Amino acid sequence: MAEITYLEAIREALFEEMERDPNVFMIGEDIGGFGGAFKVTDGLLAKYGESRVIDSPISEIGIVGAAAGAAHMGMRPVVEMQFIDFIANAYDMLTNYVATARYRAFLPTPMVVRGPSGGYVRGGPFHSQNPEAGFIHTPGLKVVYPSTAADAKGLMKAAIRDEDCVLFFEHKYLYRRIKGEMPAGDVVVPIGKARLAREGTDLSIITYAATVYKALEAAEQLEREDGLSVEVLDLRTLAPLDDEAIVATVKKTNRVLLVHEDTRTGGIAGELTARISESCFEWLDAPVLRVTAHDVPLPYAPSLEDFVLPQTPDIVLAARRLAAY
Amino acid sequence: MPRPATQGGGRAARDRAAPPPAAATESDVSLTRAQRLELYYWMRLTRSLEERLVNLYRQTKVVGGLFRSLGQEADAVGSAYALRRGDVLSPLIRNLGSMLVKGATPVEILKQYMAKGDSPTRGRELNIHFGDTERGFIGQISPLGDMVPVMAGVTLTFKMRGEDRVGLVYVGDGATSTGAFHEGINFAAVQRCPLVVVIENNGYAYSTPTAKQSLVKQLADKAIGYGIPGETADGNDVVASYEATKRAVDRARRGEGTSIVELMTFRRKGHAEHDNQSYVPAGQIEKWAAENDPIDRYVARLATEGVSATELAAIDAKILHEIDEATDVAEQSDVPEPLDALTGIYADPPAAQPLWFREGKRAVIETSERRSSWGTFDAPAKGAD
Repeated sequence: MAEITYLEAIREALFEEMERDPNVFMIGEDIGGFGGAFKVTDGLLAKYGESRVIDSPISEIGIVGAAAGAAHMGMRPVVEMQFIDFIANAYDMLTNYVATARYRAFLPTPMVVRGPSGGYVRGGPFHSQNPEAGFIHTPGLKVVYPSTAADAKGLMKAAIRDEDCVLFFEHKYLYRRIKGEMPAGDVVVPIGKARLAREGTDLSIITYAATVYKALEAAEQLEREDGLSVEVLDLRTLAPLDDEAIVATVKKTNRVLLVHEDTRTGGIAGELTARISESCFEWLDAPVLRVTAHDVPLPYAPSLEDFVLPQTPDIVLAARRLAAY
Repeated sequence: MPRPATQGGGRAARDRAAPPPAAATESDVSLTRAQRLELYYWMRLTRSLEERLVNLYRQTKVVGGLFRSLGQEADAVGSAYALRRGDVLSPLIRNLGSMLVKGATPVEILKQYMAKGDSPTRGRELNIHFGDTERGFIGQISPLGDMVPVMAGVTLTFKMRGEDRVGLVYVGDGATSTGAFHEGINFAAVQRCPLVVVIENNGYAYSTPTAKQSLVKQLADKAIGYGIPGETADGNDVVASYEATKRAVDRARRGEGTSIVELMTFRRKGHAEHDNQSYVPAGQIEKWAAENDPIDRYVARLATEGVSATELAAIDAKILHEIDEATDVAEQSDVPEPLDALTGIYADPPAAQPLWFREGKRAVIETSERRSSWGTFDAPAKGAD
């Protein structure tokens, strides 16, 4: 089986879901004739027509709200944010309307809001954000952020089939750099389940998205140079968190390093630390450490961006500190 | 096969409720005598039900705030009456009349206001913030303007499925200033969604007069900016409100897309019951009450059409009886079970877990908090344990 890129895997999922369920439709800016800013939706308009692949005005509030209304009526909209940074424009619609619809009105709102997220691409402050933490504390939303091509495809299927609204973060740095073989058939990756990216016994790194690869790089180096056996847990889903997998890895290695590309303050590492402390304190042989971005609006110049964001040597340093504690 | 419309709340009430009245068909220009009496019934029911809510509010049986639509009954009832069964409307806080026309029942309204466990939202949302897609109305949320994009999406599905259904969304004068209004109506317009946007221009957004919302002479002028038709009508004339809305509804049903109907009216009570309207120029409220009450005007019109005072009095008595019955039923209901707060945030999982400090407990503060009011705590009397 040929390998395809993370981006192509997302596209495959969209095609397969559009084919499987006539209620699925796409809406976003430049997604039709142009195929999307990153070409994720390329080819869908030609196959499924204007009625199911809608080129919208620049209206994040409008298209997220419209998707909600369509979802109430039984459709399955997939909304693209051209860059996930623009999801901020739809914050009210998502948190006040969509997230609460089932609870206060018994109105199902099965929809997906997806878009390219993340940095390391010299995109500057408005094309490189990781806004996921702003949504994980909102009851009623689910948030996923795959790191592999197979997970991107399988989780997109899960997101489209979920009865509630799923925010689907795609890491743009991984779009064309990560490849994988797709499993045969219609494989759905369950939302809410983490993935063990690497097994180990001395130390656990819990992370997601692009920093999974930095964690794996660091793990290789630590094994080679320090003889450390490092486990890497890829969360894949940020809301709901896979408490079982988190507790299992903490109890197994007793030393935990949390890594994410999001800013330090208010990033999900804080939530994970609280949960680990509440449930696994006696199993810890060291404080829970975290490697994150600095609390800085993400700058554009390579030397600045590379300083602000977490890098592999940062993870190696933190792991060594944990190992020595 | 497209999936059928999803089910909303209030099933039991819906099953018991009388079917919504059929509006005039497209070919009828005028309303029948029975329909003209129905318009009176809905307006009178709206006002009387709100008056009952005021009584209950003063007895602290209504929890939270009370929002009147006094003086706006004609615009709400007349516009909603232009819809057919199968059409969907999205009401706002002054649209009790619209919801009643669409099949909401007095007992549901009372249970909502009294925070009962079997209210249409099971106590989760307040006042008339509830809906039922089967009966054809979708509950609003408080952030204004947000329902416009939602209804653009609802009506987009009508277009996608080739259904000749129409949507109607209400906004106030204030809501036309929001980004959500702009994006929603623009999207509906460019996609040619079968949507009627009714702007109820009642002069005030809380304390802010319309002149501070926008420089336009009429809010319907905003239609030019969206490339769609816009019409302004007398919102205190129930037949004029009906006819203007019907024109827009018929346009939408013919495939001509979105339009604006602005209904001019006046908000005779405060934003909510606590608001004393000190910002309204002296005498203005009294002037509207004396010279331009929508129900008084309609009664006068019906008199010229041969409807007797006795006939109307009989309708009034019927309404009072309905409201009395509904009040009795609503008062029997219990408050929501505290643990119900944790259910139904998602389809899966079906419920959240109580936090560790609540395990095994049904509620914590029920012995200390006065049930009859909202969020108050009575300190124990000196000498009590």
